Amino acid sequence: MFSTSYIIKFTLVMTVIVALVLSLLVSGLKEVHTENESVYNKKGILSAVSAQLGKDINAMDNKEVQELFSTSIDQKVINLKGEEISAEDLKAKTGTSEAVDIDWSKEIKKPENERLLPIFTYKSKDNKEYNILYVRGKGLWDEIWGYIAFESDWNTIAGQAFDHKGETPGLGAEIKDNKAWYGQFTGRKIYSSDGTFTSVSVVKGGVKIPDHQVDGISGATITAKGVDEMMKRGLKYYESYIQKNKKS
Amino acid sequence: MAEVQIPVKSESSVFSFGKTEKRLITDPISDNNPITVQVLGVCSALAVTTLVSKALVMGIAVMLVTAFSNFFTSLLREYIPKSVRMIVQLVIIAFLVTVVELILKAVNYPIWKELSVFIGLIITNCILMGRLEAYAMANKPWRSFLDGIGNGLGYGVILVIIAAIRELAGKGSLMDYKIIGPTSEYVLNTMEISWLSWYAPNNLAILSPAAMFIIAIIIWVQRSRNPKLVDIS
Repeated sequence: MFSTSYIIKFTLVMTVIVALVLSLLVSGLKEVHTENESVYNKKGILSAVSAQLGKDINAMDNKEVQELFSTSIDQKVINLKGEEISAEDLKAKTGTSEAVDIDWSKEIKKPENERLLPIFTYKSKDNKEYNILYVRGKGLWDEIWGYIAFESDWNTIAGQAFDHKGETPGLGAEIKDNKAWYGQFTGRKIYSSDGTFTSVSVVKGGVKIPDHQVDGISGATITAKGVDEMMKRGLKYYESYIQKNKKS
Repeated sequence: MAEVQIPVKSESSVFSFGKTEKRLITDPISDNNPITVQVLGVCSALAVTTLVSKALVMGIAVMLVTAFSNFFTSLLREYIPKSVRMIVQLVIIAFLVTVVELILKAVNYPIWKELSVFIGLIITNCILMGRLEAYAMANKPWRSFLDGIGNGLGYGVILVIIAAIRELAGKGSLMDYKIIGPTSEYVLNTMEISWLSWYAPNNLAILSPAAMFIIAIIIWVQRSRNPKLVDIS
């Protein structure tokens, strides 16, 4: 039998050793983790304009992605009124001056008037500009989000990339994996001809208004609804900014 | 099914690899499989078997954790006070799972992102506690390590088999390599090859119940081939 003091000492020593090793490992790997996360987000943003890149984004290594992102993407952050947040303000509020490194899943939980929104502008080689907006919502199991790239008219969708945390592969996960599905969004418009905001809906059983509707995914009704909701609500937040920039 | 305990015989060398050691690895893959015979660790077998790549990473992660937790527990087995042994075992498991998760996050971020919750849930996998209590607390480190490898392998093999069936039936692909489907991206294009035109991906295979049916079928096949495994009671 072991004495009580031995048991206490044993558990204490063990806990301290485990805690020490783990904290060393976490701080040692921190740099790699942040870089991986940043590259993952950058890949997501760049996939929204993959048709304009002329290269396969998934075949690129970390270094190439970083380089392409820093040379071709401009980042800014706006608030709900459509005013741009200066770099100093952004640094004070979120601790980073780069929009891509902000944890947007936390931002979406804030009250609407305090919320920040990122805009990524991609400049292609032939000097065309594409504005990439960010939307986030809920799927069946967990969060879903997407980057929607617009032509310079701020109306026609030029490309899109959706992602999810835990949708079912083959069903809900098709929003990320099935090009035939998410490709439907390209060429759709978010404003109707009289200038009102209509967004793009995901509908069941056939598209009736080709400019503003895409077909749903069979077997993934709730994820498709989530995308529909996200496209309406998420893009609406950008409205005042879009209205300001559309005229000029 | 009773636990197969291999008696510790006289010591030849610390890292010997004889018949007993070989059985430590092969037994859990077939006749003493943690999933199909002991029916442990079934919860994660239902959750992470939609894609072969996921199941493979999960199997490797579990194998590493079982092997090393067995090893460390066996090293400490004479110093662990009996009254707190469960908690000590849990600390070892939780520690190793966190290490595996941190390393995976550094090596392959997208896979980590897809698996994240389930890697953390390895801590609650019944196979781990089962092996620590039944084997590592009573055997030498090297054999415990092999026992861990064996049980992790037994778990991983079943996981990959289930995932292969589910991915092929549900998505028409294996390891994300497209095999059968209605577009030209697939090797067997059902739109062009007329005798395959009946094919449609089976959505049921992707949902969790499919994993249960497949596990049950594997158990059935295994028991009908090996009557020794059948419980007569």
